[in-house]
Amino acid sequence: MAKSASPSTRKARSSGRRSPLASVSLLVIGLLATGGAYALFTTSATAATSSQVSSMVSDGQKLFSSNCASCHGLAAQGSGVAPSLVGVGAASVDFQVGTGRMPGAASGPQLEKKPVQFTDAQVAALATYVATLGPGPSIPSSAYLTGKGEVATGAELFRVNCAMCHNVAGAGGALTEGKYAPPLAGSSAKHIYEAMVTGPQNMPVFNDLNITPEDKANIISYLKYLDKNPSPGGLDLGNLGPVSEGLFVWIFALGSVIAITVWLTAKSN
Amino acid sequence: MTVDTTAPASAPATSADLPPSNGTRVTNWAANYIDERTSISGLVKELGRKIFPDHWSFMLGEVALYSFVVILLSGTFLTFFFQPSMAVVTYDGSYAPLKGIQMSAAMSSTLNISFDIRGGLLLRQVHHWAALLFVASIGLHMLRIYFTGAFRKPREINWVIGFVLFVLALAEGFTGYSLPDDLLSGNGLRIIDGMVKGIPVVGTWISYLLFGGNFPGEAIVGRLYSLHILLLPAILVAALGAHMVLLIVNKHTQFAGPGRTEGNVVGSPIMPVFAAKAGGFFFIIFGVVMLTASFVTINPIWVYGPYDPSPVSAGTQPDWYIGFADGALRLIPHGWEFMLGPYTVSMNILVPVVGLVVFLAVVAAYPFFEAWVTGDKREHHIADRPRNAPTRTAIGAAGVTFYAVLWTAASSDLLATHFKLTIEGVITFLQVSVFVAPVIAYLVTKRICIALQKKDREIALHGFESGRIVRLPGGEYVEVHEQLSDYERWKLVSFDDHAPVMLRPNKDGKITVPARLRARASNWFFEDRIVPVSLTEIEASHGDQLTQEQVAVESR
Repeated sequence: MAKSASPSTRKARSSGRRSPLASVSLLVIGLLATGGAYALFTTSATAATSSQVSSMVSDGQKLFSSNCASCHGLAAQGSGVAPSLVGVGAASVDFQVGTGRMPGAASGPQLEKKPVQFTDAQVAALATYVATLGPGPSIPSSAYLTGKGEVATGAELFRVNCAMCHNVAGAGGALTEGKYAPPLAGSSAKHIYEAMVTGPQNMPVFNDLNITPEDKANIISYLKYLDKNPSPGGLDLGNLGPVSEGLFVWIFALGSVIAITVWLTAKSN
Repeated sequence: MTVDTTAPASAPATSADLPPSNGTRVTNWAANYIDERTSISGLVKELGRKIFPDHWSFMLGEVALYSFVVILLSGTFLTFFFQPSMAVVTYDGSYAPLKGIQMSAAMSSTLNISFDIRGGLLLRQVHHWAALLFVASIGLHMLRIYFTGAFRKPREINWVIGFVLFVLALAEGFTGYSLPDDLLSGNGLRIIDGMVKGIPVVGTWISYLLFGGNFPGEAIVGRLYSLHILLLPAILVAALGAHMVLLIVNKHTQFAGPGRTEGNVVGSPIMPVFAAKAGGFFFIIFGVVMLTASFVTINPIWVYGPYDPSPVSAGTQPDWYIGFADGALRLIPHGWEFMLGPYTVSMNILVPVVGLVVFLAVVAAYPFFEAWVTGDKREHHIADRPRNAPTRTAIGAAGVTFYAVLWTAASSDLLATHFKLTIEGVITFLQVSVFVAPVIAYLVTKRICIALQKKDREIALHGFESGRIVRLPGGEYVEVHEQLSDYERWKLVSFDDHAPVMLRPNKDGKITVPARLRARASNWFFEDRIVPVSLTEIEASHGDQLTQEQVAVESR
């Protein structure tokens, strides 16, 4: 407290800041300001997002009509050659279009992975549009895609759940009637996650009760570990196991041995 | 550089006159010391003058021998660190994706060899690559013996011993493949378990005996380890010894050539030429294996993970030499097993198992079959060129094709994914091929052999077309044929000729069934044949053609 303060000012103070009404009015002002600001900001945010979403939806719808509707139908209701997309969710679209499998190049046993046909923004627009048709798996949170999960758990889950089709090293494998489980090397974490939740083509769905999101993250971490760490033993020969090893020993090892025997027994000219 | 048996290497006379150097004195003393106590000089003298002919295909058996030595050396290193136990442990080594995972001590110790023992991974890979090379070179060596007829008398026994070595090599390979107790080897064992259980009546009992209870049990790795490092190698080394002794007793075969007869061997003596070459060759083989093992991964058990009966990886295959058996299983159509009262009769397993045993038995017995067909009791030391035994070569080609189809079937899934085929299409194609392809191979090979023989005959008689057209004074145009030298012609004309056996009544005036069978087999073998060119034919042919000299004379 300043000692120089005069009694008159002290009095003025008690009638101002120290007035019994001051705290009440302050409270009212504070509440009004916070409430008003909150109302102001939230309404504007909602407005912006919804306008952005609605523009994405309309963009997506346009893209859909011109690129997808010929098979999937104008309302994505499906047709004899393509399934309904109602309720497949954003994750499914992001996977199929984001890996280039959709739009399909030709009908065949299975849709091939090929160069992606749309920009990321267009893929997002398509995904947003399809997500509005019905509830379905959404694009995974980036928290599960870091590749920093428990590698050992992921490896074990991968062996138990995935290796029978995709091979223990993720090198891919054959399915019936010309279908196949594709190799996983180089697949993005997001696409692996989306494949697990949506079960594209012949793949079964691994929902969150089957494999929890944390365990999905662990599996992704293991696959990323394989991507980042080359085989400690040298060339991995495509990780195809004894077949490629056998071919290697017959063609290269035995081939060079025979070349050497021919050289050793060659008559000097 | 060819040296005959009759030409002993004699030391230059001048060396005896010089006083011996210190080094020579030490060597002499050591040689004497050993000889006086072991009388080894007789053996060295005998062995050192053994002759080995020179041809690249004669070195394939050596490749097998040297890769076996590499296997022994690297395998010994591995036994220092491997624990053949199925006790459950928690892995705590350096490989992150398996840290904290429960596995058998066998798997854990193999991982430790791979990641935590200096040079362990390299030697594991050396061991495995050398094993693959070992079986591959045995296979190629057998094919060489077969196609050159080197299994004929007196070498039939050695063929059988060699066959036993081949089967032992397969057994060694499979037991070794199963030891690390990883996912791949466990799946392989599961297939063996299924095959054993498919045997009627005793199958299940044998399986329980083998695995010490229900599959996989806790005993199998230890038992396979005893077989892999003790029993099988002991038998293998013994059989290998017998194989080598018989090789020396029978002497090596040689290809026909001037100065080479059934009674001699032309080539290099063991001491010093062949021994030096062979020693060098061992290190070359060691080098090839070492280089392969340094740069190429084999059996990455860290990827396969520990064995667990539930997962089976896509693309699960045995090592290449068991592939033909796996392929046979894959080719059986579904639904062949049926119930007989309360018992399942697994024809889907019995048919391929019996088929493979019959196939192997045919391989082992072939020399005796051919000896029966030809009725040839002579000794043969001159190797046949494959074309000069068309039926044998064609049978061999059919056998190789049959094996190759089964082998291909073992990779049916990889064929489907890599060549964008359907796996069902691949299997159906191979199911047909396993019967049709050997027949085609037989017919085509036989025709090719006979065509080559015809070409040889033509060349032996009339020489090469030189491409030189000469106009004779009378206006006639002729193409000058260049004749072969006598040395070259010798290679084309000297081979055995067998005519089909004439079916005649025996001394009781009867035609027996075995005689009838033999006549038919002999007819099958030798009906289509090209007779070697005889001396009279060669002499007669010289009149037909204008040789270079004759043209030169006539156009002058």
